[in-house]
Amino acid sequence: MTMLGDRQQLSYIASQAADARLNLELETEGMTLNIGPQHPATHGTLRIIARLDGEQVVWAEPACGYMHRGYEKLTEVRTYPQVTTLVNRIDWLGSFANEVPFILAAEKLMGVEAPTRAQYIRTILFELSRIANVSLFLGDLGVQLGAITPVFLAFRDREYVLNLIESATGGRFHPNFDRIGGLKDDLPAGWIDETRAVMKKLRGFCDQIEDLLFGNEIFQSRTRGIGVIPRDVALQYGLSGANLRASGVDWDLRRDHQLPMAWNKADWKVWTHPDGDSFARCWIRLQETRESTKIVDQLLGSIPAGPVMAKVPKIIKVPEGEAWVSTENPLGEMGYYVVSRGDLGPFRVKIRSASFNNISITPWLLRGVYVPDIVTILASLYFILGDIDR
Amino acid sequence: MTVILAEIPYWGQSLLRVLGGLVAVLLPAGTIVYVFLFKMMSFMQSRLGPMEAGPYGSMQLFAEVGKWLQKEDIVPDRADARIFKMAPIIVLVSTFLLVAVVPFGPDAWFTDFETGIFYALAVSSISVLGILIAGWSSANKYSLLGGLRAAGQLIAYELPMVLAVIGVVIQAGTMNLQKIVVAQNSGSMFGIDAVGHPYVISQFIGFIIFMIAIQAELTQAPFDMPIAESELVSGYMTEYSGFRFLIFFIGEFATAGVFAMIASVLFLGGWGVPFAWFGWTSIDDIDNWMNFAGPLIMFTKMMLLVFIIMWIRFSYPRLREDQLQRFAWKGLIPVALGNIAVTSILKVVF
Amino acid sequence: MPKVPGLVKGLGVTLGTLFNTATKGANTVQYPHEKETPPIRSRGVIALHQDNCTSCMLCSRSCPDWCIYIEAHKELAPPRREGGKPRQVNLLDRFDIDYALCMYCGICVEVCPFDALFWSPEYEYSEPNIADLLHDKTKLSEWMETVPEAPALEAGADKKKK
Ligand code: SF4
Ligand code: SF4
Repeated sequence: MTMLGDRQQLSYIASQAADARLNLELETEGMTLNIGPQHPATHGTLRIIARLDGEQVVWAEPACGYMHRGYEKLTEVRTYPQVTTLVNRIDWLGSFANEVPFILAAEKLMGVEAPTRAQYIRTILFELSRIANVSLFLGDLGVQLGAITPVFLAFRDREYVLNLIESATGGRFHPNFDRIGGLKDDLPAGWIDETRAVMKKLRGFCDQIEDLLFGNEIFQSRTRGIGVIPRDVALQYGLSGANLRASGVDWDLRRDHQLPMAWNKADWKVWTHPDGDSFARCWIRLQETRESTKIVDQLLGSIPAGPVMAKVPKIIKVPEGEAWVSTENPLGEMGYYVVSRGDLGPFRVKIRSASFNNISITPWLLRGVYVPDIVTILASLYFILGDIDR
Repeated sequence: MTVILAEIPYWGQSLLRVLGGLVAVLLPAGTIVYVFLFKMMSFMQSRLGPMEAGPYGSMQLFAEVGKWLQKEDIVPDRADARIFKMAPIIVLVSTFLLVAVVPFGPDAWFTDFETGIFYALAVSSISVLGILIAGWSSANKYSLLGGLRAAGQLIAYELPMVLAVIGVVIQAGTMNLQKIVVAQNSGSMFGIDAVGHPYVISQFIGFIIFMIAIQAELTQAPFDMPIAESELVSGYMTEYSGFRFLIFFIGEFATAGVFAMIASVLFLGGWGVPFAWFGWTSIDDIDNWMNFAGPLIMFTKMMLLVFIIMWIRFSYPRLREDQLQRFAWKGLIPVALGNIAVTSILKVVF
Repeated sequence: MPKVPGLVKGLGVTLGTLFNTATKGANTVQYPHEKETPPIRSRGVIALHQDNCTSCMLCSRSCPDWCIYIEAHKELAPPRREGGKPRQVNLLDRFDIDYALCMYCGICVEVCPFDALFWSPEYEYSEPNIADLLHDKTKLSEWMETVPEAPALEAGADKKKK
């Protein structure tokens, strides 16, 4: 623990105090509070068992698995085209982004690469699903903190993005648009102009949320200095995505991995924040949404002409081998380790979903905080239940 | 009005007063729910709100009441059933007791207490009792936390409220709400009597403190931790269903209305218009029509104040319990005390 | 310029939205009274063109949750040309899609080699009874009327699509 900031130090002291209380077993009788599995703060069926002393948490543990759907096992008995539609449902808010790493892994095994046009469109849709996902986070954040209006604004503007995704892919939530070797279809006419207009609206939405929520002194007092994750701890727990960047680690797979995608064709910035507290995590996501709209705008202007599908056989058999591909999904690093035995479907798929690792830090993080802060911290860690339990 | 009333037997008068009380509590509550909770909130979130029941959804509230009344009245197994059932009624009763001292016109009042404001502040804390026992008797951890938070919060904000009112009392020189209204409307500022002397101007700090305290007393965001639906599910109301929940719900908005009325009496001149407009000099000169116009004026002022309360509620996230306590004890109370000191000095000087 | 406190700004946002809604109308749609038209590609409901279907079972087999039920029998049809041999055709006895199970992935439409399945953006077929979500071949054929033309493609797209 080197170089702790003031806030980090305070939260460290608080957690130490909580520890001491647990050990000494002071007179006060503790209380065990079950947050979830049905609880408004967990948006899904996550259960957090918290032992309280007054309103302070002395011990907390997440219990997940209430929504386990067995995707890893399921993929073993499905063909490759069928798997894409299944993995859509892992992080249901940013579903297109779930398909991409799987398809990339399969492509890597087959030795094909999608045409450039397909790569561009993939990247655009990827960023759109990030926007759809994170904009809902920004609204939901308000609800978790007791402000009701932001979530409706978020739903309002996310609708535009979903409409875009639907008109291009046919599915609002579960596009199933990515194919091994490219995309199912090309974009419909007029889509690019529409997308430009929507991106502008979303930048407006970001400004609104910033005024309504981020600039609000109450919001700041609720999130600043709360749930501080120092850099080393974040790395140790394997956090990824905005949660890691908020702890000051400059790490973004979109930039750092050389994938056949179009991110490196656009000019954008990876935001980091030195504080590592709840506010930092939320703020990073806000900035990322803005950054995403910029990426989309730039890529829209430079989509090359050409086919969207490489030459692949109609019946897909993936040659024997193993491949690991991970991308920077809205929630963090998401990767698929695909093992193929040359069949119609994968032999084994290991899915690394971001939320599962992100919530693994909660026992460490929730120690010493107050009950209201549990909610802020969980909200700022931002998980999707499907992404935790798979 | 006094003349008319005198001819009615005592039981008739009482009946009229009871009916008037019901109207004075339920009508504002209904209007507040429809105008603010249904419509204003929806519009602030770019949607229309309920539109199906009645024109523009105006009958929605009745539909909701019908829905709630149909629901089963559940009492948790471990709950202390008798007290559990009593709690919402206590909360609502405190609202009715509160409205008893609010004057609506020169003669349109329920009781004319000499120490009206003192009584109002005392009675308003009864609802804490209801909330506390609701939380305690539910045998639910969330309810318990909610109830305790509510108790802590309501007690903490009672104090700045009382202190803010003292400024007004010093200025008006009376605790009688009716006389406070008269004092505001017949007074003058710097010799100009066109607007009377609403205390919102001279007691501006007191007004702000009072409004903040009301916001907290009503447990509206940003002070809604006792309910805090995202952490405590629904706080002390978690276990309530059916018509008991309805009573809590009505109680919440009725109290909002009544507190706004009291605020408008204390700071905005209540039912009155500046007496100078019509050349009245004292309460005895006032024409009889003010007994009917008064409640309307009062209603308008109340809606204005509730608008502010709700506007803030729909815009702000909530504070944390300890931040709220700190704000009350370290922020509001010292300022309120300062306000009292300054007011009394000025009162003596002038 | 002095900084406007965040609290005031927040109030401004909500008030601004209030006026926007009051003057320009809400963003929501009063559903049963007005309807939005879904995009052409929307995956609403699957329509079956019975004449094209050869009951090859490909769709049924590639459906991830096996919610297409097909039964067929062979029959001799009159020859196409005068004096030719009678043809053998597969006639559908049953072609059901269970929309209670379907996850709208579109794989069936895509794999059908004979262009017998199409997506229609129609979405109003919810039923109070879950068993009624099983659409049989007559119902699936009725959806054919609602199938739109495929949309034009964006500039730069490869024209030689199937
Ligand atoms: S859309 Fe998918 S799930 Fe539905 S019937 Fe077709 S293949 Fe099966
Ligand atoms: S794939 Fe097409 S032709 Fe074959 S059974 Fe299905 S609908 Fe009929």
